[in-house]
Order: sequence, then C-alpha cells, then structure tokens
Amino acid sequence: MSTTDAEATTSQPNDTTDDLTSLRHSRRRFGDKVFKGISSGSGTLILVILAAVATFLVGLSIPALTADAEDLQYGEFWSYALPFAFGTVWAATLAMVFAVPVAIGIALFISHYAPRRLAQGLGYIIDLLAAVPSVVFGLWGINTLAPMMRPLYVWLADNFGELPVLGWFFTGPVSGTGRTILTAALVLAVMVLPIITAISREVFLQTPRLHEEASLALGATRWEMIRQAVLPFGTPGIVSACMLGLGRALGETMAIAMVLSPAAVIHFELLTSSNPNTIAGNIALAFPEAFGLGINQLIATGLVLFIITLAVNMTARWVLSRRKEFSGAN
Amino acid sequence: MSVTTSSSLPSEALTAGQLPKHTAIAMLVVAVAITAGVLALFGAAGPASIIIVGALLFLVAMFALSGAVEGIRKAKDRMARYVVTGFFIIALFPLVSLIWQTIAKGLERMDAQFFSYSMRNVIGEGGGAVHAIWGTLIVTGIAGLISVPIGLFTAIYLVEYSGRGRLAAAIRFFVDVMTGIPSIVAGLFAYTLFSFVFGPGTNSGFAGAIALSVLMIPTVVRSVEEMLRLVPNELREASYALGVPKWRTIAKVVLPTALAGIVTGVVLSVARVIGETAPLLVTAGITSSLNVNPFADPMATLPVFVYYQYITPGVPQDPFYARAWAGALTLILIVMGLNAIGRLIAWKFAPKTGR
Amino acid sequence: MSKRIELKDLNIFYGKFHAVKSVNMTIEPRAVTAFIGSSGCGKSTVLRSINRMHEVIDGAYVEGQVLLDGVDLYDKAVDPVRVRRHIGMVFQRPNPFPTMSIRENILAGVRLNNTKISRSEADELVEQSLRGANLWNEVKDRLDRPGSGLSGGQQQRLCIARAIAVSPDVLLMDEPCSALDPISTLAIEDLIKELKETYTVVIVTHNMQQAARVSDSTAFFNLKAHGQPGELIEYGPTEKIFHNPDQKATEDYITGRFG
Repeated sequence: MSTTDAEATTSQPNDTTDDLTSLRHSRRRFGDKVFKGISSGSGTLILVILAAVATFLVGLSIPALTADAEDLQYGEFWSYALPFAFGTVWAATLAMVFAVPVAIGIALFISHYAPRRLAQGLGYIIDLLAAVPSVVFGLWGINTLAPMMRPLYVWLADNFGELPVLGWFFTGPVSGTGRTILTAALVLAVMVLPIITAISREVFLQTPRLHEEASLALGATRWEMIRQAVLPFGTPGIVSACMLGLGRALGETMAIAMVLSPAAVIHFELLTSSNPNTIAGNIALAFPEAFGLGINQLIATGLVLFIITLAVNMTARWVLSRRKEFSGAN
Repeated sequence: MSVTTSSSLPSEALTAGQLPKHTAIAMLVVAVAITAGVLALFGAAGPASIIIVGALLFLVAMFALSGAVEGIRKAKDRMARYVVTGFFIIALFPLVSLIWQTIAKGLERMDAQFFSYSMRNVIGEGGGAVHAIWGTLIVTGIAGLISVPIGLFTAIYLVEYSGRGRLAAAIRFFVDVMTGIPSIVAGLFAYTLFSFVFGPGTNSGFAGAIALSVLMIPTVVRSVEEMLRLVPNELREASYALGVPKWRTIAKVVLPTALAGIVTGVVLSVARVIGETAPLLVTAGITSSLNVNPFADPMATLPVFVYYQYITPGVPQDPFYARAWAGALTLILIVMGLNAIGRLIAWKFAPKTGR
Repeated sequence: MSKRIELKDLNIFYGKFHAVKSVNMTIEPRAVTAFIGSSGCGKSTVLRSINRMHEVIDGAYVEGQVLLDGVDLYDKAVDPVRVRRHIGMVFQRPNPFPTMSIRENILAGVRLNNTKISRSEADELVEQSLRGANLWNEVKDRLDRPGSGLSGGQQQRLCIARAIAVSPDVLLMDEPCSALDPISTLAIEDLIKELKETYTVVIVTHNMQQAARVSDSTAFFNLKAHGQPGELIEYGPTEKIFHNPDQKATEDYITGRFG
C-alpha cells in the first residue's frame, strides 16, 4: 500500500484491510503543516511590517532631533514642527465640527427617515464620496469651493471681524482666492463624512427594535423615539466613528496641500491668506526641495503625526471593540 | 389652540391640529420666493444666499406654524425631519458639484493624444498622460501582487487556524492599527526603507508599490476575513466528515465558496489605493517620460501627475490645467469603474442557488 | 463494508466540561441503531465521537475506546482524517457544496483527496451513489447543475449519496430529517431501511416515532441532572425499548412524561 504521500494515494479511500495501517498518520500531514505555516507566517509578517514602519521612522528622525539647530535645513526642530502640529489638530477639529452633525443627520436620515427601499441606494451614494481620490478633492476645493465661499467670508469679516471673541476667527483681510484653512477644513469634512456616516448608519440600524417600539408605544414622535432609544444606544458607536473620522482628517495630505495657502503661523484666523499648514501638507510641499538633515526633520514631523493618529485610532478601536456588535467580526 | 400634551381622550384629540399634507412644500416655495425678492431688493441675491437664507426662513416659519397648529412636540419632530433631510441634500452638493466639474473640465483633453503621449519634451500644449497611466498600472499591480497573498493568508490564519490565540488577537489589533496609518507616513516609511538599503534619494516605482502595500494589506485582510466568516461552518464539517484534510478543505471548499466576496474585497482595496497621491509623491516621484522599470528611476503615476500639472504649471497655464482635469477625470472613471466591477462581481457570482 | 462498532468506557470532554460519561455499547453491522434522548443529553456528541468529528472543536477530547471491527480509532497512531474516510456522516441541515454541481458533489470525497479515477469510473460511481440514495431518477438529467438548486429533501439525499460514494463502512446520521418536511422524511426513512443492507447505520433522532419505525436497536441517553454529564441509560432491541423497557427513566421518556 503506497502511503508515501497522504494526498495523492492511488488506492481507493476505502481500504478493506482491517488493520491500523490504513488509518495511520503519514508524516504528520505535510500539506497541513505547509499551509498553516504560510498562513501564520503572513500574519507574523504584518507585525514585522508594522514594527519596521515604527523603527524606520524613529531611526531616521533621531538625527533631526539630536543635531544642532545650525545644521538643520529648517532650523530648530520643535519650533519648526509646532505650528504644523497645531495646524494639523486645528484643521481636523474644524473639519469635525462640520462633519459630525451632518454625518449623524445623514445616518439618521438613511436609517430612520428615508423610505426603506431607497435606504441602501442612498447609502451607496454617500459612499461614492469615499471613492473620490483626494487629489480630485483638492482640485475641486481650489476651483469651486474657494471662490464660492469667498463672498461668505467677506460678509463674515465685514460683520464679525471687529467683534471681541469672534474677531479671532473672522478678522480680515479676506484671502483673495478664498483658499483658507476654513475652506480646507470644509473639504476635509466632505472627505471624512462617508466614514462617519457609514459606521453611524450601521449603529443606528442595530438599535433593538424592542426599545424603539417601547418608545413608540408610549406615544413618542419619531424624533422623540430617536432621542430616547436610538441615540443613547448608538453613542459609543458614534464616538468611535468620529474618532476614526478624526484619524483620517489628521492624516489627510493632498486636500490640505492643494487648498491651503500656507504660512508658518499659529492663530485662529479662518478667513485670511495666512494659514497654519498641517504636518502632512507640509511634508508634501517641502519634500521635493528637502535635502540632508532637512529630510530627517520632515520624517520626524511624520513620526509626530504617526503617533498622534495612532493614539486616536487605537482609542477608537478600543471603544468599538467594547461594543462587540459593531466590530463586524463574529 | 395650542395642544401641548395630548392626554385627553375624546376622539377630536386624535385628529385635531394637523397641518394639511403639502404644507411643508408650499412653505418652502414661499420662503425661497420671499427671500429671493427681499435679497434682490438689497442687491445681495446669489444662488447660495437665497438657498441658505430661504432655508432658514422656511425652518423658522414651519416651526412657528406647526407649533401653533400641531403642538410643540410635533413641531420639533418636523424640524428634526427637515434638518436631517437637509443634511442629506447638503452632502449631495459636493458630490454632484465635483463630478460635474471634473467631467466638464476634463472632457477637453480626453483625446487620443492624452492617452498615447507622455510629457517628454512638452512645454505647453499637447502631451499626455500615458506615462502616468502606465505608472499607475505598474505600481498598483506590484502592490496588489504583494498585498493580496499576504492579506489572504493572514485572513485564512485568523479565521481557520487560530480562534482565540494570542498571536491572532495581536494580528487583528495591529491590522486595525494599520488601517489608520496616514498615507504620507506609509510613503515616508517606504522612502526611508529604500534610502537605508539603496542610499538616500532613491525614487522608484517599487518603493511606491511598497508604500501602497502598507495601505492595502489591512483592507484586504479585513474584507477577506469577513468573507471567510460568512462561509457556513457546516460546509467545513461536511468536508471534514468526508475525510478531507484541513488544508484541502480550505483550498477547495472554503475559498471557492468565498471567492466572489474575496475578489470584490480585493477590487475595492485596489480602488482605494489607486487614487493615493501623498505616498507616491515621496517615493515614486514624478517624471516626464515613460518609465516601465519599477526598480530604477522615478515613475509618474496618475494622481501625482494631476497634482504637479495643476500646482506647478508652466507658461501658458491653461494646457497644464486642462491636462490636470483630464487626468482627474480618468482617475475618477477608473476608481468608480473598479467600485462598480467589485459590486457587480459580488452580486452576480455569489454561490449559485438557481435551478 | 459494514463493520461492527464497540464503544468501551467512552468519556467525552469539551475542555473541562465532562459532556458524556462512561458509554459502553456494541453497534451491530448491517443494522440501524438509533440514539434517542432529550436535548443536550449527549447523543449527538457520542455520534460525532465515532468518526472523531468532535475534535474539530477546540479543546474537545475523549477517554476510552471506539473500536471499529476491533481496531481502536483513538489509538495514538491513528489519523483522524483517515478515520473519516471510513466512516461517513450526514448532518442535520443538508449541506451540499454550493460551488459544485450535483456530479461534483458526489465525487467530492474522491476528488478532494486527489484520488485519480477515470471518467467512466466516475460516471459509474455517480450513478451508483445516486441510485443508492434513491435520487438517480430525479436528477439524472441535470447532473451538472448546482447542488444547491434542489429541494431540501433532495439535497439531503444528495448528501447521503455523497457520503456513500466513498464506500464507507459506517454511516452516521445526525438528525437527518429534522429540517425536512414529512414527505421527504418518509423518503429518507425508506432509504435508511435500504442502506442498512450495506452499511452500519447509526442515527440520532429526537423523534421517537422515527426511531421506532426505522431502527433495529435503540440507545436511550439522558442527563441525571442539569450540568451533569450525559449517560447511556438503556440499550437494546427497539421492540423492547419501546414496549418493555427495563429502566424507569426510559419508560418515562417513551411515554412522554418528560421531553
């Protein structure tokens, strides 16, 4: 009986010999070992890649952090990087201010207000926004949104630019092209909208019918039911959806690089042409011209960005995982 | 007439105080018309201002009217409905505007020359993006060749082999972390990797492919994992009960059953990275000529091409802008096309249940 | 074909949980043996231990012996995968492979193991198996259509055909009719009576009348109390179990005093 390879046996599977030989293991099932090895190897490779990313970033950032300021293309590191860190957080925050309410509203619209049959189609339409490449968003931002928003900016500056607190945001002179951080934040908001909407939509659809019906049975209007049953249930999901959106907004490069007209400043002016750039946007702009330790400095700013987005994303995933129903895996 | 709580039982209370069916639409029209008129008087009538102010006027008026006739609770309910509907419409605006713009401006250069010439020796008019298109195909192709096997086998490991193991939990967690890596950081990683090995300043298509792989692998893993989990356990059991070893069960029963979903997941992952600009900016760089060697020299890709054409145009500017828009249109068509193909495959090739 | 099965002091564990305690019985060849008992009493667990299917679950293991014509299937040297090539199984819900045609489903046991047979041998095997499962006439004109396009009862007979195509010694059936309508159920019961002429058949069923109709011997399993391991309470000729059982627990179950 040839059992050199367990798989390509030429004898029938039903050996009529009644001894143990036909049932015996043959070389501990070679195929299984190989397959399992490849699979676990691939998984381990991912961990290796991630470790490599961290290592290389840190490794090449160190020269920038330890060298003297005179040797650095961009000067002392932290004073170089801080405005960009500020810009990154500021732009992302602005984007979230616009994106979150609209995204939640859209998610509610699709899950609870739109006709059932259209719901999936409407979801697809919003998801189309996610398919648009960021460079195209940049083109649109420069060409359409900036000029369109400019009259509004002028109106804002004229009416609120001199006031006490609001003046910090709305002071003039208004940028001639409309390419301000506010415009960039709006583009960013449109880009992260699909992510927040998609997750929130799923969360809302999973509200237990029991709770919804309990609310309706008490005579609640639809909006009251949503406030009573859907939103409380979905809050953790919404939070993590927002954090994922935030992570995306923090890391977005092209829309910022193209729409913003940058300056190395830290302020809250939304309408002028001097805008703080973001880390990512700055890397995109400066990289082609960088040399020597300047490259290391840019990489170091990238490391800062990586750490920020890592923290945000890990927190979001942790919150999501505590609500097992939304994690997708079963 | 204001009915704030409806706790009285007589039958009129069930039907009293409702606005007629099309009040909302009528009010919307009226509000917009009034706004247009008033703003025109002040010379401030533009489409945007009419819509914004008109909408606000509509909301205020409806709230007052509904509150008076139907009660405050119903009024709030109406407001909620109008606001969420309005938000949905707001979201449609950028989508429609963007697609419209891209088509309108991109069509100008959607000619044969655009798809057959590169920018070699081109100073103003003419030229094309053939080098960028090839670059995108090559870079994305290599990225796919790297990412799909790694992602596929990792997903197989997570679903078929490990269950609750600690390695599996670590992998799952870090795959999730990987989905959050900013694309520019992935690009920096590839750049630093290649600088380390080959010396600083190395631009190549392959480096770009590595950067894209870092972005692509996590999405492949997650979508394949989901697809494999959808395969009912009973099929695996049927195979085991026939005396088929585990690896063959996976290869010949589980994977074929999940194949449509897996292909869709891969196509969608490709669609996601094919439009990435930032990582390719710092790895593959840009060039004017066609370069089909991914291992040496900068390689142009479509998104980077669009970026540079628009941001650093020569003189005269218009031909550059036109090329940029044409490139953008091509990019959108490719991405939307891939998305459509992905969903089509999922829909058409789900395991056959027909007679 | 058709071998005798002996269970000797079989104890089955899922991790730390002792699921089944100390089963001793002999299952005769060329006969149908039914396992009956209320839910959760271990009858499916015992069934699945015969072809070592319970090992597919993490942490499940067995103490004791399962002898197939005297050969211990749990001997250290024995490969569970190979055991399953000698013992076939049909499941509660029909599970034909959805990406394969009817023909390919029947041949799956052969093909998946890369055994080479010629086209004509394959055709013969397909016809033989389908005839053996009483399905040939209904599907002979559409062997290349998907296996999942048949009705529930036909799918289950397809699964039976798939199981017997590899010429097993034993056929295990885990509540094969519980997902089927009454007419399909009868068709399968008739089939089981034919199958017993060639194979050793063991069937788990929660339907007592079915056990009474179909089996030659019956084994009654039960739990002493919730959380306790399941045990074999009584085993004997079906006639006796249903009309004159020895144990009170058996009689209570048969007469419906508990379910």
